[in-house]
Amino acid sequence: MKETSLRAILPDHELVRMYEQMVLCREFEESCAEQYTKGHITGFLHLYSGQEAVAVGSTHALHKDDYILSAYREHAQAIVRGAEPRRVMAELFGKATGICKGKGGSMHLFAPELAFMGGYAIVGGQFPIAVGLAFASKFRKEGRIAACFFGDGAVNQGTFHESLNWARLWELPVLFVCENNAYGIGTSVERSSALADIHKRTCGYDIPSVRVDGMDVMAVHAAVKWGAEWVREQNRPYLIEALTYRFRGHSMADPGKYRSAAEVELWKARDPLPAFAIRLIEEGIVTQAELGAIKQESIAIVQEAVTFAEESPWPEDGSVWEDIYA
Amino acid sequence: MPEMTYRDALNLALKEEMRRDPSIVVWGEDVALYEGSFKVSRGLLAEFGEERVLDTPISENTIIGVAVGAAMGGLRPVAELMTVNFALLAMDQIIDHMTKIRYMFGGQVNLPMVIRAPGGGGSQLAAQHSQSLETYFMHAPGMRVAYPATPADAKGLLKTAIRDNNPVMFLEHELLYNSKGEVPDDPESLVPFGKCDVKRSGTDITIVAYARMTILALQAAEELAKENISCEVVDLRTLAPLDAETFVASVKKTGRAVVVEECWKTCGLGGEIATRIYDGCFDSLRAPVRRVSGLDVPMPYSRKLEKLCIPQVADIVAVVKETMAAKY
Ligand SMILES: Cc1ncc(C[n+]2csc(CCOP(=O)(O)OP(=O)(O)O)c2C)c(N)n1
Ligand SMILES: [Mg+2]
Repeated sequence: MKETSLRAILPDHELVRMYEQMVLCREFEESCAEQYTKGHITGFLHLYSGQEAVAVGSTHALHKDDYILSAYREHAQAIVRGAEPRRVMAELFGKATGICKGKGGSMHLFAPELAFMGGYAIVGGQFPIAVGLAFASKFRKEGRIAACFFGDGAVNQGTFHESLNWARLWELPVLFVCENNAYGIGTSVERSSALADIHKRTCGYDIPSVRVDGMDVMAVHAAVKWGAEWVREQNRPYLIEALTYRFRGHSMADPGKYRSAAEVELWKARDPLPAFAIRLIEEGIVTQAELGAIKQESIAIVQEAVTFAEESPWPEDGSVWEDIYA
Repeated sequence: MPEMTYRDALNLALKEEMRRDPSIVVWGEDVALYEGSFKVSRGLLAEFGEERVLDTPISENTIIGVAVGAAMGGLRPVAELMTVNFALLAMDQIIDHMTKIRYMFGGQVNLPMVIRAPGGGGSQLAAQHSQSLETYFMHAPGMRVAYPATPADAKGLLKTAIRDNNPVMFLEHELLYNSKGEVPDDPESLVPFGKCDVKRSGTDITIVAYARMTILALQAAEELAKENISCEVVDLRTLAPLDAETFVASVKKTGRAVVVEECWKTCGLGGEIATRIYDGCFDSLRAPVRRVSGLDVPMPYSRKLEKLCIPQVADIVAVVKETMAAKY
């Protein structure tokens, strides 16, 4: 079967934009690793390298005002939604110019003006919040849906099941997107879930679902496009399970010894960036030279972000008492 | 006595107890194959096998609830919460079930179980991962709460916890795992619950502390000694039962007290300790009891701000000096 041509799906400029964002996210994350090693970024740092197709494919299939929520591996989700890389980097440095004034750090990005409703570090914490946002949207007849991203490890929290039931019962527009990267820290899906086919776990709640190749940005885009429109029209939840992989350890502190080198190599061979680049070239949407320019441009953006973060001031001591109450 | 880290002392306590008693089982997120996110369960799976050392799904309330059931069924579970922050997801099984079952059922059943939970702040893990929740557990009757400061206490207290027929919340400080100290190698050397340890004797003022705050208090005492202020440092070791007798006796001797607590100040355990001191030796006090506490704010990420939120040695030194200078 011949694949549908990319041009039949999206205009050239958007396809190129998607590729640019995937490259930017990769460069951003790799730079974070370097800044962590230098001691500029501290605390927990969970990188997204390998999973870019999910954030980029999804975000381009959602409306700009649809809510997005995620866990703690969320730099890319925020940046693709429109957060400035320099302000995200400044947050990671703990500087006053950070997207949350240095109070949140890597795991807690937030940008309400972009409908990016947060990175949460308690596994499963975001599920009911997404349901609540969907309720508010429906109540106020805003027509926005809540896209809730989470990992494969999160589906064994009570909040996952309670939120699925709730969203279906109250008929709320929530799009659940599971980024199944095969592990929750060192525990594989098979070792933590009685039913490893995560998308099938919605059947107890009468919620339809689908599994997609999370290394293929256009497959994710297609699934989210369809799913989001269904959710919007039906006012009902839907779940997408995207099969993906993180190229690095769980966090910078994890050497990742529980995965064989062969397994990691197998997934790296399916790297979503070159896979998409090849299709763009094959269809004549970009040239090899343009790909090189995109990479250089991303490196420049990330370098500028690091310089901005380095040169930014630390928060004032007094700010520790600010923002507690409205 | 061999020298070892707090982490290895805990690990040794687990191994010794598991060798002694085959009814001890260990479970939690990533405790088996991954050997614990702080590597406290290193080597357990290899030595005791997958029947006794089990990885669980990320389901904290159920991790504790299943331990409650297993304890009821005759086992001695040691459940690990990856960090104490996630105890908040398990508060229903901890508070509503674990601490009440014995009493509510007229004393007909014991729950010999331990919850191990690393916690505390200081690593820029931000608001959801840096909490000091010790007071939450002390507040509820029906469980023991231990929180060691040194490798020797870590080993001795964990062994006592495992042998105790009551549920025990066993807290460990994340920043102490690499700290070193001498640890008795006798498998029958235990540290009793409900006994403070005077970690440094002194005559001018008593500093009451626990866990990492004890280590900071000892450093502060060292600095203050240079200025001829003699501090007695009393380490609580168990927060429940709380050995007021020992710290009250110390304050009777010194006449002054400072309590150091990592948790939020409002309703923090320092308030409880101050009250016990007032109740026990009001007449002997030469100055009001002062508290050095965590700031009443959700922990900020930025290391510059985080430092302001957690008691530092300099803060203890300053408050001790103020207490010494106070004239009443
Ligand atoms: C309630 C809770 N329990 C445990 C943790 C510790 N923890 C952080 S990430 C993680 C694994 C989550 O895996 P998954 O949902 O698959 O997300 P991934 O990291 O793979 O993106 C665990 C157990 C936590 N943060 N919150
Ligand atoms: Mg995962």
